[in-house]
Amino acid sequence: MDLSTTYMGLKLKNPIVPSASPLTQNIDSVKALEDAGAAAVVCHSLFEEQITHESGELDHYLSYGTESYAEATTYFPEPEDFKLGPVEYLDHIADLKKTVDIPVIGSLNGVSNGGWVKYAKNIQDAGADALELNVYYIPTNANLTGTEIENMYIDTLKAVKENVSIPVAIKLSPFFTSMSNMARKLDKAGADALVLFNRFYQPDFDLEKLEVVPNLVLSTNWELRLPLRWISILYSNIKASMALTSGVHSHIDVIKSMMAGADVAMMASELLVNGTGRVADILKDTEKWMEENEYASIQMMKGSMSQKSVEEPAAFERANYMKTLHSYKTLI
Amino acid sequence: MERQKITIDGNEAAAYISYHVSEVVAIYPITPSSGMGEMSDEWAAKGKKNIWDTVPHVAELQSEGGASGAVHGALQSGSLTTTFTASQGLLLMIPNMFKIAGELTSTVFHVSARSIAASALSIFGDHSDVMAARQTGFGLLASGSVQEVMDLALITHKSTLESRIPFVHFFDGFRSSHEVQKIEQLTKEDIRAMIDDKYVAEHKKRALTPDNPFIRGTAQNPDVYFQGRETVNKFYNECPEIVQNAMNEFAKLTGRQYNLFDYYGAPDAKRVIIIMGSGAEAVEETVEYMAERMEEKVGVLKIRLYRPFSVDHFLKALPKTVEKIAVLDRTKEPGSAGEPVYLDVVTAISENMTSDEPMFSKMPKIIGGRYGLSSKEFTPAMVKAVYDELKKDKPKNHFTIGINDDVTFTSLDFDPNFQVEGNDVTRCLFYGLGADGTVGANKNSIKIIGEETENYAQGYFVYDSKKSGSTTVSHLRFGKKPIHSTYLIETANFIGCHQFNLLEKFDVLERIVDGGTFLLNSPFSKDEVWDKLPRKYQEVIINKKLNFYVIDGITVAKNTGMGARINTIMQTCFFAISGILPKDEAIEQIKKAIKKTYGAKGEEIVRKNYEAVDQTLENLHKIDIPEKASSTLELPPIVSDNAPDYVKNVLAKMMEGKGDNVSVSQMPIDGTFPSATTQWEKRNIALEIPAWDPEVCIQCNKCTLVCPHAAIRVKVYDEALTANAPESFKWTKAKGKEFEENSVYTIQVAAEDCTGCELCFEVCPAKNKKEVRLKALNMVEQIPIREMERANYDFFLNLPEFDRTKVNMGTVKGCQLLQPLFEYSGACSGCGETPYVKLVSQLFGDRTIVANATGCSSIYGGNLPTTPWAVNKDGRGPAWSNSLFEDNAEFGFGMRLSIDKQAEYAREILVKLKDKIGVEITESILTNAQSNEADIYEQREKVAELKEKLEKLDSNEAKILLTIADYLVKKSVWIMGGDGWAYDIGYGGLDHVIASGKNVNILVMDTEVYSNTGGQCSKATGMGAVAKFAASGKPTPKKDLGMMAMNYGNVYVAKIAMGANDAQTIKAFLEAEAYDGPSLIIAYSHCIAHGINMAKGMDSQKLAVDSGHWPLFRFNPDNLKEGKNPLKLDSKAPKIKLKDYIYTETRYKMLTKSNPEAAAKLLNFAQAEVYKNWKLYEQMAAFDYSGNGNQEVEEKTEE
Repeated sequence: MDLSTTYMGLKLKNPIVPSASPLTQNIDSVKALEDAGAAAVVCHSLFEEQITHESGELDHYLSYGTESYAEATTYFPEPEDFKLGPVEYLDHIADLKKTVDIPVIGSLNGVSNGGWVKYAKNIQDAGADALELNVYYIPTNANLTGTEIENMYIDTLKAVKENVSIPVAIKLSPFFTSMSNMARKLDKAGADALVLFNRFYQPDFDLEKLEVVPNLVLSTNWELRLPLRWISILYSNIKASMALTSGVHSHIDVIKSMMAGADVAMMASELLVNGTGRVADILKDTEKWMEENEYASIQMMKGSMSQKSVEEPAAFERANYMKTLHSYKTLI
Repeated sequence: MERQKITIDGNEAAAYISYHVSEVVAIYPITPSSGMGEMSDEWAAKGKKNIWDTVPHVAELQSEGGASGAVHGALQSGSLTTTFTASQGLLLMIPNMFKIAGELTSTVFHVSARSIAASALSIFGDHSDVMAARQTGFGLLASGSVQEVMDLALITHKSTLESRIPFVHFFDGFRSSHEVQKIEQLTKEDIRAMIDDKYVAEHKKRALTPDNPFIRGTAQNPDVYFQGRETVNKFYNECPEIVQNAMNEFAKLTGRQYNLFDYYGAPDAKRVIIIMGSGAEAVEETVEYMAERMEEKVGVLKIRLYRPFSVDHFLKALPKTVEKIAVLDRTKEPGSAGEPVYLDVVTAISENMTSDEPMFSKMPKIIGGRYGLSSKEFTPAMVKAVYDELKKDKPKNHFTIGINDDVTFTSLDFDPNFQVEGNDVTRCLFYGLGADGTVGANKNSIKIIGEETENYAQGYFVYDSKKSGSTTVSHLRFGKKPIHSTYLIETANFIGCHQFNLLEKFDVLERIVDGGTFLLNSPFSKDEVWDKLPRKYQEVIINKKLNFYVIDGITVAKNTGMGARINTIMQTCFFAISGILPKDEAIEQIKKAIKKTYGAKGEEIVRKNYEAVDQTLENLHKIDIPEKASSTLELPPIVSDNAPDYVKNVLAKMMEGKGDNVSVSQMPIDGTFPSATTQWEKRNIALEIPAWDPEVCIQCNKCTLVCPHAAIRVKVYDEALTANAPESFKWTKAKGKEFEENSVYTIQVAAEDCTGCELCFEVCPAKNKKEVRLKALNMVEQIPIREMERANYDFFLNLPEFDRTKVNMGTVKGCQLLQPLFEYSGACSGCGETPYVKLVSQLFGDRTIVANATGCSSIYGGNLPTTPWAVNKDGRGPAWSNSLFEDNAEFGFGMRLSIDKQAEYAREILVKLKDKIGVEITESILTNAQSNEADIYEQREKVAELKEKLEKLDSNEAKILLTIADYLVKKSVWIMGGDGWAYDIGYGGLDHVIASGKNVNILVMDTEVYSNTGGQCSKATGMGAVAKFAASGKPTPKKDLGMMAMNYGNVYVAKIAMGANDAQTIKAFLEAEAYDGPSLIIAYSHCIAHGINMAKGMDSQKLAVDSGHWPLFRFNPDNLKEGKNPLKLDSKAPKIKLKDYIYTETRYKMLTKSNPEAAAKLLNFAQAEVYKNWKLYEQMAAFDYSGNGNQEVEEKTEE
């Protein structure tokens, strides 16, 4: 049984890649993931905010109240050096590379192509095998046009690509007017892979305190549908590899991802809830399913249910009334 | 060898040497010496090695007494050991100093000499401490400048090893310890060359060791003790020569020759001043000027080695022509025949003149004088006045200089216009706020000028006495020659005012020279600014033909993400205008300095600063000066016309920065000051203040409870009283059945006293249902509503206070109706301590006496010019005093003893006079339990009646009772202080006092560091927290003071955190006060030294409790009487992980950034500790006390 796959040029022994989560933040749990069979791992993200704000925050609190009062001109000792977010992160990548043999994919999370882009190079230098660029933007500014927002993504990708030689994936949200067009633009701009889709933390309301609160909800496998659709549509229309993320919880979800045309299936929620050992279970179940259904390799099923390969490509294009239309067609 | 030129302060210079020649460093914080310990700890944490290539062990002790004990022990065990201290700290070391000297043990204590607390504490510099230790047998060696501190520190370390005499190396607190000067740094090789390992080996050979046992420290008897003391004489005899040799050797190495006594001036001088310390620099400068410009034959003898005092060297150093000598002492010894140096000089010269070989043809006339106490300015004008006095036939002896003594007329007059500084020195003054980074920027500027140009540079920084909204004045000098001006700048070429509103508070341009430069940070544009200047400033600018520049630094800071910090911007302006360096070079150097200062904190902060530099020049404008002043703006008075005369005539001078002009007769003779003076100091430091929305308010009063400054208050009163209210005054119907029908409710902000901390806004639970971002309190700009709110607050203050006897004190809502008698202190904005202090003042203030340990609370509670302890309309309020740092529990205990005795005596006389006074009133007074406000009210009424009756009795006993009758009303003793006192230096006393069973109430405001001295580690510091003296993170758990106190069984103990449970806080205070025995309240106090957003301080308290770090409990021994468990836990089991609390605070988080491995390890330990402690508390609280175990024990004993 050949479970191997190729994701943005990286030869992987199987298509299961744990995505960025607290699990990939800890060396021991990454080692456990590797032992359970994970083919590669995406590190937790180095956030743009972390780079830009951490330094300001530290300076603020270390200098707050200083040089105001004769007896206490400062309040803290001054260490020679701080390992701020970027340094800590780069050390983590380097440590991971020393600890595990599977490819390590770094992750940069941000929105502008400012100074932080240079950290892409640092991540490469720290030993990362590839980089995932997690660009997100909630366009609350009514003056920004869709084109401007799209260009922001393209420019950021280009800026990062100019800085590194390792493959660069870009993780996207599904909220583009024309996803196909956006995917093509990114493909042309040099993306080595598209990771579909990003799940945003949606704010919630606390009615007791009348406050908006962040609320992390783990994914369910129902959420697989959206990326499944778009990977099916995009398959063979772009050169870049594709990773399906959001809603992968079982071997069935992995197999569906492959059939849609993804090169890897990324998972986090399932592993957070049921532990790193789930990778081994899912791999075993996948192999079993393939055996029972006579698939010799992942390659064989890849894209087999993409839009171009199915009997009814329009199934991917309709948003509602799918069943009704389908029934009507059958009738005629 | 090329030595590096560096710009550092005196503390760093001393620590640099002592660290390199020590193996053990024992430390304890005390201003102004703390910096030496802090640096040593930081260097050790970074692995910096001494000259023997090993990292010294640096250890903090619980007090200076402890530090000196540790030094003694380390010395006896063979290590080269040092310590640093000042003032009371040195006094606490004296017992060990006698031992160390008696045992001829080599060591150096570096002392930044500071005043001793007498009628008042002062953190500033003089020689009172050193002089108090002069009898110990330690050598005393004085330095007068930063360069000397480094040089003589090394000479002292060499001398102690070779002479076996231990030394105090001292230099003037603040003037030398904190002055930044460009100096030549001695290299490690220099230090190595000076220290002879032969003597080090001998020192080690004398160590106690079981491999070669002996005993040292015996007890002796009348037969031999005396002889034993005389054995050391030859060492003292030889010591001066050893020190001189060390100085000579040092001169060969560096070219800088020092002598035991250095004479400077005319070789044939007739008038000579003898002085030691930094004042000698100013005298030298004056002598030079008088010789050059006035052709006066004067000289100065600088004493370096004061003990052992070498008469021989001293006499040889004096010119033979001298006829008159003035000896200047920087100390006061009341009742003595003269101050110490004076007496030594008189003795030395008299001995010589009565010997066979007199040095002088005629006995010189010698006078002594005091100068410079508590860093009082000592200027060339004063020096000149002393020389002038010496000219007189009968010069005044035992004079003072620098003050106006209009009581005993000791002071010499001086001409303040006499100045010696020439055009070869650039003198710059900068007025700023602590918060705006002015001092930091100036320190950087000095470094740039000192280290990147040929110029010598000096910086000295003056801070006001407030911890919030404090103003700073930076004094910077630059010039081609070494700078000896050890006094504040008197006339400046350049004045920068970094905050526009300071123009109103100080006479900013008072010291500018004609044609000087004035840089103003202005919120007004270049076209508007002229018209916004008060007339006085316009006139000075025109008359003195000043070059006037403005910049809107706040806007530039905002645009570049710098917030309120305008430091880099103003620094760039200074370099751009002053021309000290070519513009491009200056910019490059500023950026280099930015990189150096901020580099470790990440690139972003460096980038922002760079951007601020780049945007500055385009926003800097020179203003064209009109020919005539046009402004109608006049400077406001410093205090209101309604203020009492003492405030207007004396305290206002201090507020204005002119306290030097207060005369002796205007000062109280015994340190007694009137209460309630902060109300007259309107500081207007808040940019934004809370505005009240009565419609949204739920009247919970949480806002007033948490206010650190009593600047937001609540009153419930009769609606009829609003008839004459100002138009903008707000009220609403009072909610609650406890109020009368027509009661209305007002929350009022003291706009001019509020510091804008936002604690009230954050804690306000009431949200506007139509727009949830709004609450019942919302922050609004202060300036537009200042006048309006001033009128509202005046009206509010005149409304009657709520009747204390009708208040439900056990609730937040109730107790906040009580008048705060602790108001508008100088505590930090958002202080976590003062809400507790204020609560005590509300609950019990009218019958409270406070013993306050030295620390933050004694500073915001008692630092001049104005003090916050207030009085109510009846003239009652807390009586407050501070004794020392270490003895506060005992101090309060003494108060209790005294009050109890007076009350007992009063009752005894009352019983005796029963028949004359009346049985009914006597019985009423004697039997009143005074357990609530109504009882106390009644008791006061009865005592008033009693006093009336006593007035009419003509008996001695009646007269006595009249003086003590007020003690018949219950008095509440509150012993307050921080964790440095309670956990460390004062723990022994605290332990004794709680064991005494006496009815005292102890409030420990636990900030988990020594906050007042800048955040040094205490035993209250949490494991893993970074603090000074624990730069690598505190490796051990926090001491559980509450558990230790509970162990006695008869002590009321409560652990509280207002932000987590305000109701429990109030209960604890009421129970503690009601408990007839010792009570201990340990109160979590968030602090600026935690590195938190102070507006969210109450949230930090909640997290501390939720994580289990700070379990809330009350242990009430009274419960035992009912067979109940005395311990009641008031918080739940830990519900969040410790990391989710501690990593919201910089003190913990920074270790994850500087040493992540250590942080992770300590977090694990600390988390385990939390769970373990909680389990223990839970078990203790669950223990079944029913069944009267005591009785069983008694029965068994009887058998």
